[in-house]
Amino acid sequence: MIEFKLPSLGADMEEGKLLEWKVKPGDAVKRGQVIAVVDTSKAAVEVEVWNDGVVSELLTKPGETVPVGTVMARLNGAAAPAAAAAAAAVTAPRRRISPAARKHAEEHGVELDRVQGTGPGGAVTLQDVEHAWAAKEERKQARKEETKEERKEERKEDKGLEMRRAIAAAMSRSKREIPHYYLSQTVPMLRATEWLAAENAKRPITGRLLMAVLQLKAVALALGGFPDLNGFYRDAAHAPSAAVHAGVAISLRQGGLVAPAIHDVAELTLDELMKALADLVRRARAGSLRSSEMSDPTITVTNLGEGGVESVFPIIYPPQVAIVGFGTLAPRPWVTHDGGLQVMPTVVASVGADHRVSDGHRGALFLAELARRLQEPEKL
Amino acid sequence: MDKKQIRQQVLAELKRIAPEVEESELDDAKLLRDQIDLDSMDWLNFLVALHERTGKEIPESDYAKLATLSQIVDYLA
Repeated sequence: MIEFKLPSLGADMEEGKLLEWKVKPGDAVKRGQVIAVVDTSKAAVEVEVWNDGVVSELLTKPGETVPVGTVMARLNGAAAPAAAAAAAAVTAPRRRISPAARKHAEEHGVELDRVQGTGPGGAVTLQDVEHAWAAKEERKQARKEETKEERKEERKEDKGLEMRRAIAAAMSRSKREIPHYYLSQTVPMLRATEWLAAENAKRPITGRLLMAVLQLKAVALALGGFPDLNGFYRDAAHAPSAAVHAGVAISLRQGGLVAPAIHDVAELTLDELMKALADLVRRARAGSLRSSEMSDPTITVTNLGEGGVESVFPIIYPPQVAIVGFGTLAPRPWVTHDGGLQVMPTVVASVGADHRVSDGHRGALFLAELARRLQEPEKL
Repeated sequence: MDKKQIRQQVLAELKRIAPEVEESELDDAKLLRDQIDLDSMDWLNFLVALHERTGKEIPESDYAKLATLSQIVDYLA
């Protein structure tokens, strides 16, 4: 028997409200499959399951708010397909459902378990499903009419307040527990900007890359030699991560921010990374993120240059051990090797890191490696 | 399509990306990105949407010509 518990989707999460089950008892599930949607203070998160198995029991009801760690469902562990089917049959006695009824139910999102069958031997007919659907729609409509606007406003405010509290909790913990050190370095960006301009000139508008993508990839590659900046600080020890799952700080239009992960950034091509970033930003703003994206970041990257700030002094998101910041990309005076002066596009890269795990010397070497990677954009 | 219609389409796409935009508060002659909080991802999405509506390719080297709302309308006309 496997217990499916409400995972912590970030240092600031204490509880979650179940919005919806995506499975029902008897369903076979695969590792990585989204089985529930949980509302946190930051977003509605699609929660994935981490074992193969068959759902035997759903313990939490939609609408319920439960603390992190609560057993929400029970699964029977990975079984051979045949055994899985048998287990399903035991927990959910087979009902007779006409194919038309099943199809209609699937199309309209009607839960067959809740439909009373009126056909021969209690079989569920198309008419039964249609009735169930009509009743459901009516209930939905009634709920909607009920002070629709009022609710919306209230919810928006609640959401904003909740998010502010969540950020406050995480950042207070960070400043209380993590002895930060901060470093910054001005990085010449002539090669990167020229390479990107030439690359984008060759591409249709739908395939263009952003500088943020080059920066993300450079961070991920540079981290290869710095496990002490990548991973989690847990139980008074650092657990380095081999993979770089970069949390990307995304500000939300209504206020607040989220920093969900793009997985395995070092393994992605720039095109894949661009797609992943565009998709992540879109979903973050629509409030639809996955549980692994919320809990997996091994480091965070924050790009505050858009508003014109020169540099960032970034605060670590616990239990991570480092955060990288980029300021605005702008032309600045630059002294060349031979003592001459030129106008150079530059960016100030910074790092905030955990002194319990690494020292300033390591952080400095990391920034130097990051700067070096950005001089070879064609290799990113 | 005349300029008035193009302007309406441009505004519609802007609002889709930045719902807080109030048309009455926009100055067509002032820098757009000074008036609306658009990051580079928003900007690219905005241009892609205009490309899809008008079929114009909008190379990156033309971005400098698209600083104000009236410049964008002229460019697309």
